[in-house]
Amino acid sequence: MAVVKVDKLARSVVEGPSLMTGSIPTKPWMEMPVKFKPGNYAYPAKPDILQYLDSQQGLSFPNAHEWNPEDDDWHLPENWKEIIIKGLADRLDRFRSLKIFMDCCVRCGACADKCHFFLGTGDPKNMPVLRAELLRSVYRNDFTLAGKLLGKMAGARPMTAGVLKEWFMYAYQCTECRRCSVFCPYGIDTAEITMMLRELLLMVGLGINWAMGPVTNSNRTGNHMGLTPQAFKGNVDFLCEDIENLTGVKVNPTFNRKGAEILFITPSADVFAEPGIFTCMGYLLLFEYLGLDYTWSTYASEGGNFGLFTTNELMKKLNGKMYAEAKRLGVKWILGGECGHMWRVVHQYMNTMTGPPDFLEVPKSPITGTVFENAKGTKMVHISEFTADLIKHGKLKLDKSRNSHVKATWHDSCNPARAMGLLEEPRYILDHVVDQWWEMPENTIREKTFCCGSGTALNTDEIMELRMRSGLPRANAVRYVHDKHGVNTLACVCAIDRATLTTLMNYWVPEVTVAGLSELVGNALVIEGEQRQELDEGLRTLV
Amino acid sequence: MATIEHNGKTYEVDEDGFLLKGDEWDENWVDYVKTVEGISEITDEHQKVIDALQEYYKKNGIAPMVRILSKTTGFPLKRIYELFPSGPGKGACKMAGLPKPTGCV
Repeated sequence: MAVVKVDKLARSVVEGPSLMTGSIPTKPWMEMPVKFKPGNYAYPAKPDILQYLDSQQGLSFPNAHEWNPEDDDWHLPENWKEIIIKGLADRLDRFRSLKIFMDCCVRCGACADKCHFFLGTGDPKNMPVLRAELLRSVYRNDFTLAGKLLGKMAGARPMTAGVLKEWFMYAYQCTECRRCSVFCPYGIDTAEITMMLRELLLMVGLGINWAMGPVTNSNRTGNHMGLTPQAFKGNVDFLCEDIENLTGVKVNPTFNRKGAEILFITPSADVFAEPGIFTCMGYLLLFEYLGLDYTWSTYASEGGNFGLFTTNELMKKLNGKMYAEAKRLGVKWILGGECGHMWRVVHQYMNTMTGPPDFLEVPKSPITGTVFENAKGTKMVHISEFTADLIKHGKLKLDKSRNSHVKATWHDSCNPARAMGLLEEPRYILDHVVDQWWEMPENTIREKTFCCGSGTALNTDEIMELRMRSGLPRANAVRYVHDKHGVNTLACVCAIDRATLTTLMNYWVPEVTVAGLSELVGNALVIEGEQRQELDEGLRTLV
Repeated sequence: MATIEHNGKTYEVDEDGFLLKGDEWDENWVDYVKTVEGISEITDEHQKVIDALQEYYKKNGIAPMVRILSKTTGFPLKRIYELFPSGPGKGACKMAGLPKPTGCV
């Protein structure tokens, strides 16, 4: 899918007629049907993928079928309305949060202009309040007295095929980043509303392939990429060879080793694609430097959990394998790599979904003796917490000049920032590994960070224009620090970020590259006996 | 289900034109992808990349990391992009009949 030229898209965002630029819609929102055309929807999930998942224990993905969003007829099962309403009733019963979010919005509008999708598209239905109304209107109609009696006057509307299509459009124009929730006086979690919309759609066989493909891979081979055990090990070994060529340091990771103290789990893209592989080289060097007693797993070979973007049961299953593997290997605790949404699942759902994992110990750094009390519940520590603690205790010899090619800014990846409060540790690390770095404007960082625009499995190429629109607020802030301070590197701690921000920067701010934080740590790390070549670009130097 | 017909043979493909059934791959498919990728002629170098991709895929069930492809063929990354203008993940994998990679990439 070719994307329009950058100046044309920029003009369209700021000058095109939309609610965002002050143009008032001519009709009430309920009377504006959605229209699907190439580029504004992600490809539907292939039926064989859903059928495979449906055959798996504990999972239900019924009604798999061929369909095309652009067709009038989506070939839904005959009783689809009944399925949806029953599904909603069931979820209102199971998830108290959903019931509250359906009831408590006062439509104050605080969320409206906080959404990167609204800012980039100007589409009123991308205001979080209206995204939620897509579901609330049906909830009112079938589950509240006012809605039953007053209908449209009470903001209610019956479930129709048009409503379902609207759900599909806007459940997949939300990255569950939860920036809007920061500004909501009630703390309504739009991510959970989007999750419910996606679950309900999947009950009638409607999903997107970029979400369902990775979860299928993860269920079958242990990771989203679909790396078989031998390919996974082969890739890590290959990176070790690269490290040795670059630094003269021989790295000896182990795999599936019983009795290791720590199990290390990171997103599989870190062992497959640039620039994630440089982050991975950073981990490998750090662990070698420390002589850490750790192991990789080729079974729990994925930190990410696209289950979060599909259904609760699938999320639970994929999360469970990390802990099952920790138990099987007999490790004491888990160290997690630079993943985004993994930390949302681990911090906010794991303990009631899979845990508590009492067979593990409260994580304790074998190097500094620090006990990570904050990870008492999950037994899982973030690599940035672990590294910041090492630096704080003076355990790392770091040479900032090795990152002299880097003028950095820090992108708070949505989930680590908003779902686990990881705000200070990465900044502390940056302070110690690069000479200089600059913050982006205050309303675009920390809890208020702007999403990459392509999370929740929206990082697929066929919706590239949408991605460039929704990523514009983030890119705009990067542009600001690039112009002002000459920033050339956008550092972050998320695999989706590393892939999608690279695309986003290439489009909006091509002078800026994207790097994982552990890559910058690996660059700066001074290791005894090393024979580093002249590495102008650190671990990503081609020699 | 989308299909592509070339020289009288029909192939099942996904939305981006990747083969859905790897066993349908043949020389005729290579000839078809050549035209859509804007490659004028299949050289020994193209063939080497295709062979390397297929061999790795047969063993590992997934496409190789680009750096591994570069090492096994002996071509620097730049050369691979010259051979396949849309890149190793798109053009080369499509030509070799491999599926599209998914996930955080």
